[in-house]
Amino acid sequence: MAQLVDLFVQFFWIACVSFGGVAAILPELHRVVVEQRQWMDDATFSQLFAIAQAAPGPNLLVMSLIGWQVAGFAGAVVATLAIVLPMAVVVFFVYRYWQRFEHALWRNAIQLGVAPLAVGLVVSSGCLIGLSAGFGRGGVVMALVSMVVMLRTRLHPLWMIGLGALVGALGGV
Amino acid sequence: MSHPLPSLGDLFRGFARIGLSGFGGVLPFARRTVVEERRWLTPKEFNGLLGLCQFLPGPNVVNLSVCVGARFHGAAGAVVAPLGLIGAPFVLILLLALAYDQWGHLPLVQDMLRGVAAAGVGLLFSMAIKMAKNLHEPRVYLPFSAIIVVAILILRLPLPPVMLSLLAVSASLAAWRAARRG
Repeated sequence: MAQLVDLFVQFFWIACVSFGGVAAILPELHRVVVEQRQWMDDATFSQLFAIAQAAPGPNLLVMSLIGWQVAGFAGAVVATLAIVLPMAVVVFFVYRYWQRFEHALWRNAIQLGVAPLAVGLVVSSGCLIGLSAGFGRGGVVMALVSMVVMLRTRLHPLWMIGLGALVGALGGV
Repeated sequence: MSHPLPSLGDLFRGFARIGLSGFGGVLPFARRTVVEERRWLTPKEFNGLLGLCQFLPGPNVVNLSVCVGARFHGAAGAVVAPLGLIGAPFVLILLLALAYDQWGHLPLVQDMLRGVAAAGVGLLFSMAIKMAKNLHEPRVYLPFSAIIVVAILILRLPLPPVMLSLLAVSASLAAWRAARRG
């Protein structure tokens, strides 16, 4: 029970600074779940990330998987609630007044200030998963291919996910 | 302008469809469903709400479901819409978690997941590059990206204080520059 509360509180604060979405908070999740509390190891963390990537639905569900790994069904529910609830409540109370501050100086300033931080966080996420997953040379190549294809073409990401699974199955990663 | 009022059931079903329609990036489907198919919102209204949802931290599409739901049915809508959105995917992901518990240790599964993770890493980097290309005045703001990478990836500092302190600086800089210009 104490662990569930801990899980909720940790994830709640992470949710409050999750500018850039789940892609931006992976390093912090790793820091708390793998490094600090040692609820799972590197390999498992990157595998849960992979499952969430491949599964339908929003990417926030990686939180549910982490919660599951830590504390079963209750953990999955708590983790999902923690990531969703804080800002859902804020949005609920604030959306009516949005037009009042949509063009305010401070809101534009925050938006401009957040953007580079989100970029840095997503880069960090990529590096972190890359380091946790234990890639061989093939894995690095696969990541590069995936990146270039996503930048240069309009292919759906699922193609890269499928390719990754295939290459992995063939032992290339 | 026809503006059919969705019922709670409509909200649930509509967002349920959105939730299952994508793999990670469901926002385009949200737009298509809410604005084009069901016409619950005009494009302008949608963009307005989306702006708020992107401004706030947290999953954009969930925040969006909350305010769309709230707009039509207050608190009840604010609960029903996100439930619809993540309900079925949540169940699915738990089934996958069970499968992982059962078969995740198998070398083949581990290899495949590692391959998917590699693809995912590429996706993350491409996402970061696209975001960087969209940055306003990158020469001014990219240093903040570098600083947060050092703080989070190398120094492994906790995110909440790092984010808040860096944001205070970067947002103040943005405000100062805007005030100076105007």
